[in-house]
Amino acid sequence: MNDPRADRLLKAWETPKGWRYWSAVNNSEVGLWYTLTAFAFFLFGGVLALIMRVQLAVPDNDWLTPDQYNQIFTMHGSVMMFLFAVPILEAISIMLLPEMLGARDLPFPRLSAYGYWCFLIGGVFVCGSLFFGVGPRGGWFMYPPMTTEYQDGIGPDIWLLGLSFIEIASIAAAVELIVGALKCRPPGMRLNLIPLYAWYILVVAVMILFAFPPLIAGDLLMELERAMDWPFFDVERGGDPMLWQHLFWIFGHPEVYIVFLPSIALVAMMVPTFARTPMAGYGWIVLAAVGTGFLSFGLWVHHMFTTGLPGISIGIFSAASEAVAIPTGVQIFCFIATLLVGRVQRNVCLKFVLAGLATFIIGGLTGVMVAIAPFDYQAHDTYFIVGHLHYVLIGGTIFPIVAGFYYYYPFVTGKQLSERLGNITFWLMLIGFNVAFFPMHIAGLLGMPRRVYTFPGGMGFEGPNLISSIGAFALGTGFLVLLWDVFRPKGKQPLVPRNVWNAGTLEWSGEVPDQPWGIRSIPIINSRYPLWEQENLLADIDAGNFYLPDAEEGRRETLVTSAVDAELMQCLRVPGPSFLPFWAAVFTGGVFIFSTYHWWIPAGCCSVLSFATIVTWLWTGTAEIPEKETKPVGLGQSLPLYVSGPAAVGWWAMFITMLGDMTAFISLVFGYFFYWTVHEDFPPEQWNGEPVVGAGTIWPLVSVGLAVVAWCAVVMARRLNREDHSVGFYSSSLLAVAVTVASGAALVWGPYSNGMDPTVHVYSSTTGVLVLWTVVHLALGATMLVYCIARRLFGKMDAKHDADIVNVTLGWHFLMLTVAITGSVLALFPWVA
Amino acid sequence: MNQQPVPLHDHGQRRPMKKRLWWIAISPTVWAIHFLACYITAAVWCEKIGEGNLRPLQISVGIYTAIALPMIIWVGYSSYRNFRRGDPPVPFDFDDPTDRTHFFGFTAFLLSALSVVATLFTVLVFVLVGSCD
Repeated sequence: MNDPRADRLLKAWETPKGWRYWSAVNNSEVGLWYTLTAFAFFLFGGVLALIMRVQLAVPDNDWLTPDQYNQIFTMHGSVMMFLFAVPILEAISIMLLPEMLGARDLPFPRLSAYGYWCFLIGGVFVCGSLFFGVGPRGGWFMYPPMTTEYQDGIGPDIWLLGLSFIEIASIAAAVELIVGALKCRPPGMRLNLIPLYAWYILVVAVMILFAFPPLIAGDLLMELERAMDWPFFDVERGGDPMLWQHLFWIFGHPEVYIVFLPSIALVAMMVPTFARTPMAGYGWIVLAAVGTGFLSFGLWVHHMFTTGLPGISIGIFSAASEAVAIPTGVQIFCFIATLLVGRVQRNVCLKFVLAGLATFIIGGLTGVMVAIAPFDYQAHDTYFIVGHLHYVLIGGTIFPIVAGFYYYYPFVTGKQLSERLGNITFWLMLIGFNVAFFPMHIAGLLGMPRRVYTFPGGMGFEGPNLISSIGAFALGTGFLVLLWDVFRPKGKQPLVPRNVWNAGTLEWSGEVPDQPWGIRSIPIINSRYPLWEQENLLADIDAGNFYLPDAEEGRRETLVTSAVDAELMQCLRVPGPSFLPFWAAVFTGGVFIFSTYHWWIPAGCCSVLSFATIVTWLWTGTAEIPEKETKPVGLGQSLPLYVSGPAAVGWWAMFITMLGDMTAFISLVFGYFFYWTVHEDFPPEQWNGEPVVGAGTIWPLVSVGLAVVAWCAVVMARRLNREDHSVGFYSSSLLAVAVTVASGAALVWGPYSNGMDPTVHVYSSTTGVLVLWTVVHLALGATMLVYCIARRLFGKMDAKHDADIVNVTLGWHFLMLTVAITGSVLALFPWVA
Repeated sequence: MNQQPVPLHDHGQRRPMKKRLWWIAISPTVWAIHFLACYITAAVWCEKIGEGNLRPLQISVGIYTAIALPMIIWVGYSSYRNFRRGDPPVPFDFDDPTDRTHFFGFTAFLLSALSVVATLFTVLVFVLVGSCD
């Protein structure tokens, strides 16, 4: 290569070598590790499924003990949901999205790397428990009181803490993907031109943001009950197991769509390529993605139809469950229409797409059946549901992902998977799948219950179960062939030509073999299928005729554009390789893992180390003041290197994270009102003869008042910093810190001075958890202010470069809302109730 | 290479609501609020207050619907006008502000239609189901 610009660019984006390879944070490396790890967990979950099918092949089998079976079926569900279905979408997105958008990387590469390491550590921890016989046994839904009162050992703690830890990774990836899809698009790629994959991922990432926090809130409640004896689910002390079901399914139902939509997104990328025509009904598909995203939140109670809720509530959720079939069906029709109008090219990839659509339609139809409450009363907790959910999840999720493996394999490795082996895989999987899961519907209709470790003979369950087990092994063999095809040596196989499928979207613009820079120069996009419709695009990209063809300062850079019209906004410097995310994940993992065993001292040490690592990471890697204000990015244009406020990606990340945080908090508040709704004696006047006073009225309101003062001081500090009034900034910030501490103290003092013991009654524990949540957030708010003070003291923040204090102020708006809600609920609601 | 450079984003420019991303989310959000309001009212009525008489509950839901449906229909109607204005949309758009406006209009219109259906589904429950249980 004779172009010095290209040499500099390559040098900047070079992948670290040797053992430092593991410090890589670039999307192509992290995305690949993520995908392979999630796939490994998938195979593990699959083996567990086969073990279960052996156990259930014949009646009265004693191959597994009930305890082993319970651990295995719990782990199968948990692994498939938390360690495969969600992570694989994030993995594939981290790998593909920047390439689809012509971005050099996602805006926060170290966050992706942190998410990956958290996922790996948490996943190994949770799966490892099985080999020591201490795995969770309560099902992947962990219903109390089975998991609180009737289970000894640390299984549920491993589930709660291990998977909460992994959910952090999911939320981190969601932040990354939302900001990536909205702000890192190539210039000119307006919202009506973005690849459908990006639309789906945007919707799904937003769904993760609102679906996962309720589960985290539920995990917090259950762990507090298990570790500290706070009785959220203990009926004796006013608790209610139904709260768990609500929180779990507010997460659990959207989860189904969170795993389904990204796979359908892959289909939306493959169908136009193989039909050789643009996708029919782009707007309709966006309707389907956004509409499904919304409606899927109105369905959680359909998992609870048989728990004795008022019939009218059941009716509302049944109606919403039927309504969601509309957008789901619309997208399927768009795919079929595209295939019908195009000239379809047949190959293994497309076969898997078609198998996925057909299977999903069957699963969708049984879904409509179980959404009708009277049918659900009959089928609930039978194998019919197991059959239905596997049709939906394998048809909607796994078949498209396998299709994606065939489609994107050349993109990752430059080699192609074998069509011949692919055909064998396809038929084994399709036949094996139907043979395995169709009989489950029949077994269910015959009355076979779910979650049983064996069944008696003579009830008609033998035939369907034996057939299911045979099918499961055929399906498993199909995956083995796929595994062989993916990992068999391909040294002698020639590299594929560039854009091997002749696709129209930007991820196929890469050279073969691919270069680490992502794209030689970031192009201007003015159509949905630029490789088909924009003349000379590849030649101009390769010649470095577009944006950022050079890295003069040797830094990794990408473009930030506006959210709707993708107009140029900033040249963003993204951080390069570092072990900081790895260590941060190790120490964060330590906090969760040691806490499981109640080893508080190592857990405390890990939390200090984790805090120190994360602060170091922020201190050295974010809001860096550049050596110059603007830099030329090509085509005669210059862009700023530093922006703050809503123009900055960091501001968006803060906003999005705070939305998720607020959702978890609102879930806790929901718990408070839930107890009031369903229990006559909430808040109780006395318990066991002792009066239950509550937090009182004065102190919570004092806390709110002090938080208002602190919040005003923070807003003032931001303003004074911008006016370069350093003494004013420091005084205002310090005042805010002091008043924040006082606000926290007042909030704790209310219940404490009234002798509120959180272990006595659910009223005191609910009050306790709201106070705990708020105080932790106040501490965080104060810490962020101290960080800003230090930044300014050390010259890393000034009047013009104020991203830190602007983002902290944004966080404080949410914090203010948290304190106001907690204070007013605790102080005023008992009067209303 | 005959590309025109892409303009720099003008921070001072205010974009009307109909040309922002949020526009397409308004109708489903109204559905969500209506849905939650119905659910919460029904839950509180049936658990705390109700004694078999559903009339006040039905009247509340009627009021929510009288607020929500016109809002959704208004968003749908003005989106429809946005999407029909000017040239009819082509099957796939290009890099042009009017194409973006068409797209927003079309998607928001479709989402409004879906929201109307979903809202009516919720209301039907209160019309057809005569008691809490």
